[in-house]
Amino acid sequence: MLGKLDWSAIPIHEPIPLIAAGAVLVIILAVLIWAGVKGYFPYIWHEWITSVDHKRIGVMYVLLAMVMLLRGGIDAIMMRTQLAVAYHSPGIFPPEHYDQIFSAHGTIMIFFVGMPFVIGLMNLVVPLQLGVRDVAFPTLNSVGFWLTATGALLVNISLVVGEFARTGWLAFPPLSELSYSPGVGVDYYAWSLEISGVGTLVAGINLVTTVLKLRTRGMTYLRMPMFCWTTLASNLLIIAAFPILTATLTMLLLDRYLGFHFFTNEGGGNSMMFMNLIWAWGHPEVYILALPAFGIFSEVVPTFSGKPLFGYRSMVLATMAICIISFMVWLHHFFTMGAGPDVNAVFGIASMIIAVPTGVKIYNWLFTMYGGRVRFTTPMMWAVGFMVTFIIGGLTGVLVAVPPADFLLHNSLFLVAHFHNVIIGAVLFGAFAGYTYWFPKAFGFRLHEGWGKASFWFTLTGFYVTFIPLYAAGMLGMTRRMQHYDVAEWRPWMIAAGVGTILMTIGVICQIVQLAVSIRQRDELRDVTGDPWDARSLEWATASPPPVFNFAVLPNVTGEDAYWMIKERARRDNLETREPDYRDIEMPRNSPTGFVCAFFASVMGFALIWHIWWMVALGLAGAFATFVAFAWRDHDEYVIPAQEVARMDRANIAERRAAMNMVETPA
Amino acid sequence: MTAYGFWIFLLSDIVMFSCFFAAYGVLLGQTAGGPSGAQLFDLKNVAIETGCLLLSSFTCGLASIAADVRNVRWYQLAMAVTGVLGLCFLALEVREFADLVSRGAGPTRSAFLSAFFTLVGCHGLHVSAGILWLLTMMAQVYAKGFRADICRRLLCFALFWHALDIIWVAIFSVVYLLGSAV
Repeated sequence: MLGKLDWSAIPIHEPIPLIAAGAVLVIILAVLIWAGVKGYFPYIWHEWITSVDHKRIGVMYVLLAMVMLLRGGIDAIMMRTQLAVAYHSPGIFPPEHYDQIFSAHGTIMIFFVGMPFVIGLMNLVVPLQLGVRDVAFPTLNSVGFWLTATGALLVNISLVVGEFARTGWLAFPPLSELSYSPGVGVDYYAWSLEISGVGTLVAGINLVTTVLKLRTRGMTYLRMPMFCWTTLASNLLIIAAFPILTATLTMLLLDRYLGFHFFTNEGGGNSMMFMNLIWAWGHPEVYILALPAFGIFSEVVPTFSGKPLFGYRSMVLATMAICIISFMVWLHHFFTMGAGPDVNAVFGIASMIIAVPTGVKIYNWLFTMYGGRVRFTTPMMWAVGFMVTFIIGGLTGVLVAVPPADFLLHNSLFLVAHFHNVIIGAVLFGAFAGYTYWFPKAFGFRLHEGWGKASFWFTLTGFYVTFIPLYAAGMLGMTRRMQHYDVAEWRPWMIAAGVGTILMTIGVICQIVQLAVSIRQRDELRDVTGDPWDARSLEWATASPPPVFNFAVLPNVTGEDAYWMIKERARRDNLETREPDYRDIEMPRNSPTGFVCAFFASVMGFALIWHIWWMVALGLAGAFATFVAFAWRDHDEYVIPAQEVARMDRANIAERRAAMNMVETPA
Repeated sequence: MTAYGFWIFLLSDIVMFSCFFAAYGVLLGQTAGGPSGAQLFDLKNVAIETGCLLLSSFTCGLASIAADVRNVRWYQLAMAVTGVLGLCFLALEVREFADLVSRGAGPTRSAFLSAFFTLVGCHGLHVSAGILWLLTMMAQVYAKGFRADICRRLLCFALFWHALDIIWVAIFSVVYLLGSAV
């Protein structure tokens, strides 16, 4: 009746997951009760859950990412604690548990922190920067978000019902095959990623179509902000790479569910083929994460240097070069698998070549700062921290790209330190920079600067104190995913890394405090004009938060840094501009399609994991019915009358004029 | 713009199929002591399947033209014939699969057969989904006529159906024709 599911799935004999799950359930219940008592449910349903507005969906993506950052971070704290104490000792977590922790840590951080964070920021910002009203397919956007949330939900359910994979975040066979992983752990992993992978693909299609087809008048490709170029490159990568992940996980699932022999030891299966396929996805994936981060820095650095981005065209070329070369380096993840020196050499050289366009970008950011009036606000500090940190991580990357070196360093802590160096340096610092930079645009008030700087310093210092020791331990021979060790030389480095973890945790706590304090002090931190940073691109031409239609009248663009040109012209003409010709605006209606579809996907995913076949059929039927119901909709748009558009726009223009009149020196 | 986005989706779907083609290519020789393609494939059956699918693409084209000229009767007829031909294709494929399984040459027999069943089966699953979509589009026009959004969806359906035909051409060339020559 319920497949493989029975009461033994709940880990009553393991106190740690039980207490963790209990705590989370209590928090969720408390939040739900508070929202219910305050009467927020209709608001949350109508304004957020069923929203097809790219700004709202972007915020929800980022919120998902930040919540999952806490879970992934707690996994990290557990791992570093284990390694600090497990010297000549079994440590706190037995291997069966520890293996799930590091697998969950990687899976969550990449798929449910990194991806939602960058996709959320791209969703929030790109239509505004392009001067348009929404992405190409608003309802599909909602579907994509909710399917990603479904994936996150399934991974979190595995904590309390069943178990998670013990295979590491990429589930290599034969370990991930049924004979060596007979439990439901790998199934949770695989189905969660299959479902959220569909969500990611949908976001990719949406953003590529938006950038290629939906730009305001006059915005040619070479007048787009750099963040839109990196969005294009990253989403092209998503479209090309994520189907590979889908196909590979499907093959693994067919092996596990139906006894196929893609990767098994018996029947002619080839586990090396899995490595090739999964890394053909895996390498583009890290550029999917890094390119938007580079784009964020290309926005932050010019704004806080008071200068246009140096070398715009070379930046575009470098971005597209990275996009293409990222598909040519995948073998560097398994130099030691036995392809031979000739093949290894080709991929080693290609991996070094891909460092060149990245270097071009770094020089361009540095030359942007040079000669500018640099303001060290929190986003700018994250940017400078990124430049230093990412260079170090990139250098160690070029080091492991040398096959003979990699034969010693593969799967050591040196490698672990390298990829955390580049991912934290680029993606996490970029995410925090973007979060702080665009927070006022999304919510209408800035984040508290003091707590932001505190968070930066603790995170930056904590990062180095955590991960530089890991480079040393790796050089001394320590491998990754170790549950305990007996080598005395490694111990001091493990303890140092533990201290660093405490510092990084304080950094995260500072972020939480910053948010709470900012909300408390939001009136003092209010952004009344919509342009708190004196920035250069079109999103800052709207109110904060922007009205649902973004722009009352779609702007006409005549050059790069479109909004800077608008401001220059306004100052020059002394604000003697005619009022624009306000018209009625049609906007897409909200729809529960995304949420309901994801609900059925969650049901299907859970049922597939536990082999509850009737529930799978039910979920499938429900998902199909949802699509048909959506297709049967007769009224898909609503009209905002010109009067209302005019009223909202006039209010913002008045604030901007007041602010400009207060500034006496000419630009 | 809807069609543009759907083209991009089709490209991503082709990337997924190319992974299954790649796996098939890698596992082609891994018969684990069991039968190979040359011993199993019935080219006459494949020819009939191909005929059904190619003809169904033609009738799908007729349905698109009928939609362009807003002729409900010819549209519904052409779509129905397309659906019937698609179902014939599926029936023949199911029969082929069942036959292979009964002869001990099912997907669990060897890696080669796993790859074969997955590649061809994935295409078959896409055709099944396409038929569900076809029925939905017939119902949509019956209920609401040739409204602008329904015509957009029809265009996407037609793109999907023709793309499946192209994938089939690749399959019968690479899998059946090349496989029988081995």
